Amino acid sequence: MDCSHVFEFKVKRLIVVFTLFLAFLSVSSRVFAQADTAVVSADTAVNAAHTEGAHGAGHGEEKFEPTKVIMEHIADSHMWHLWGHLSIPLPVILYTPDAGLEFFSSGQFHHGEHDYAGAKNTYRLVNDKIKIVGADGQVDEAASSKILDFSITKNVAAMFIAIAIILVIFISVAAAYKKRVGKAPKGLQSFVEPIILFVRDDIAKPNIGHKHAKFMPYLLTVFFFIWINNVLGLIPIFPGGANVTGNISLTFVLSLFTMIIVNINGNKYYWKHIFLPNVPFWLWPLMVVVEVVGVISKPFALMVRLFANITAGHIIVLSLISLIFIFKTLAIAPVSVAFVLFMDVLELLVAFLQAFIFTLLTALFIGMAVEEHH
Amino acid sequence: MELVTPTIGLVFWTAVAFVCLLILLKKFAWKPILAAIHEREQSIDEALNKAELAKHEMARLTAQNEELMKEARAERDHILKEAKALKDSIVHEAKTQAHTEGAKLIEKAKIEIENQKKAALAELKSQVSSLSLEIAERVLRSQLEDKAKQQDLVANLLKDVELN
Repeated sequence: MDCSHVFEFKVKRLIVVFTLFLAFLSVSSRVFAQADTAVVSADTAVNAAHTEGAHGAGHGEEKFEPTKVIMEHIADSHMWHLWGHLSIPLPVILYTPDAGLEFFSSGQFHHGEHDYAGAKNTYRLVNDKIKIVGADGQVDEAASSKILDFSITKNVAAMFIAIAIILVIFISVAAAYKKRVGKAPKGLQSFVEPIILFVRDDIAKPNIGHKHAKFMPYLLTVFFFIWINNVLGLIPIFPGGANVTGNISLTFVLSLFTMIIVNINGNKYYWKHIFLPNVPFWLWPLMVVVEVVGVISKPFALMVRLFANITAGHIIVLSLISLIFIFKTLAIAPVSVAFVLFMDVLELLVAFLQAFIFTLLTALFIGMAVEEHH
Repeated sequence: MELVTPTIGLVFWTAVAFVCLLILLKKFAWKPILAAIHEREQSIDEALNKAELAKHEMARLTAQNEELMKEARAERDHILKEAKALKDSIVHEAKTQAHTEGAKLIEKAKIEIENQKKAALAELKSQVSSLSLEIAERVLRSQLEDKAKQQDLVANLLKDVELN
C-alpha cells in the first residue's frame, strides 16, 4: 500500500512540531520518572506507617494516598466533586433484569455512606461502583454483575457540556457565515475558519482526494469534539477537569465509528486487498489473517493512543500536584506549580495534536478504503 | 484493568451524544460553513480570473490601439503620398497640356500670320496692278490729249504691226 504521501504531507511543518514534541517528551519523561519514584516512595512510606499500626493517629487527619486520588480522578464517577465535601449529585440510571429501569439521584448515596433502596433491590456505592446489597447486608456480586449502569456520570455530563459548547460555537459561526455572505470572516468566525480549512486542506484533501467532501462533517466533528474535550479536561474547575477523552469508553466509541465509516465506504479494491492480496497464493491464508487483523488493529491503535495520551497527561499533572501533599510542605509548591504549568502548556499542545492525529489517521484510513486503483 | 475496560453507560451515552452532535453539526454548521467557504473561494477565484481576463483585455486593447494608430499613421502617410503624387501628376499634366496648347496656338498663329501675309501680298499685288493700270491710263490720257501725239503713237504702233 502506498503511504508515501502521508510522510510527505506538510513535512516541514510537521518536522518542526514533532521536534518540539520530542524535545518536550524527553523532558517530561524525566519528570514522569521523578513523579513516579516520588509516588512509589510515598506509597511505601504510607504502607510502612500503616503496618506499624498508626491507627492511633486518629481519624482527624486523613492519610494521603496519591495513587488512590489520581485513580479516582482518572476514573469515572457518579458525583462531580467540586471542592471539600461539596459535590454535584448526578442522575443514576440503572437497568436490572428484574427491576427494569430505575432513576434516582446519586445524592441518595451520601458519598457512599448510605444505601439506596430501589423498587426491588437495595443499591450501595462501593468505590464509585453501584452494587446490589443482598438481604444479609453484604454485596451480592452475582446480582451486581447484571446491572447495566446508564447513569449520567461525571464524564457523560462533561461530554454533554462540551457538546453544548461545540454546538453554540459552530451554530453561531454558521449564522455568521449566513449573515456575512461572501465577506471576510470576523470574530469567532475568523478563529474557527483557519482550523476548518486546516482540516479540509491539510487533512482531508491530501489523504482522501476528490471524495473528501462526503467525509468532511465526520472529520470536522471528530476533530473539534476531541479537541474541545481535551482542552476542557485541562481546566481544573467545574465545567472541565473530567478525564473525558482519557476514558477508554469514549475513545472506543470514536474509533468504532471510524472503523464503521472506513469499512462501509471501502470499495472493491479495498476488499480485494484484504481477501485477495497481491501475493503468491500459498501466502493467502497468512495474509488474509494479517489484513483482517489490520482492519481491527488500526482503529484499536486510535483508541489506545488517544486514551493513553490524555490519561498520561492527567496523571502527570496530578502526580506533580500530589508532591505538595506527599512532602507535606509548601516549599515544594513552587516547583510543583512550575512543572504543572509546563505540563499544562505541553498538554495544550497534546490536546491539539491528539485531535489532529486522530482526524489525520481517520482520513488516512478512509483514503485507503476509497482509493481508486488504475 | 478497570481503567482499560469500557463501561456500558459511557459507551452508550458517547455513541448517542456523538451521533446527535454529528447530525446537528452536519445540518446546522458544517453544511452552511463549508458551503459559504466554498462559495467565497469560488467568488475569489472568479474575481481573480476576471481581473486576469481584464488585464489581458486591457493589453489586447492597448495593442489594438497601437495597431490602429500605426495603421492610421500608415494610412495618412499613404494618403499624403498619393495626394502628392496626384498633385504632381496634375501639375505635370497641366504643364504638358499648357505646353502643347501653347505650341498649338503658336502654330496656328504662325499659319494665320502666313495666311494674312499671303492675303496681304495678294491684295498688294492687285492694288499695285490696278494702281499701275490707273497710272498707265492717266499717263496715256495725258499723252493722247493732243492730236499730233495720238497720230505719232498710232504711227509708231502701226510701224510695229506692219512687220507682222
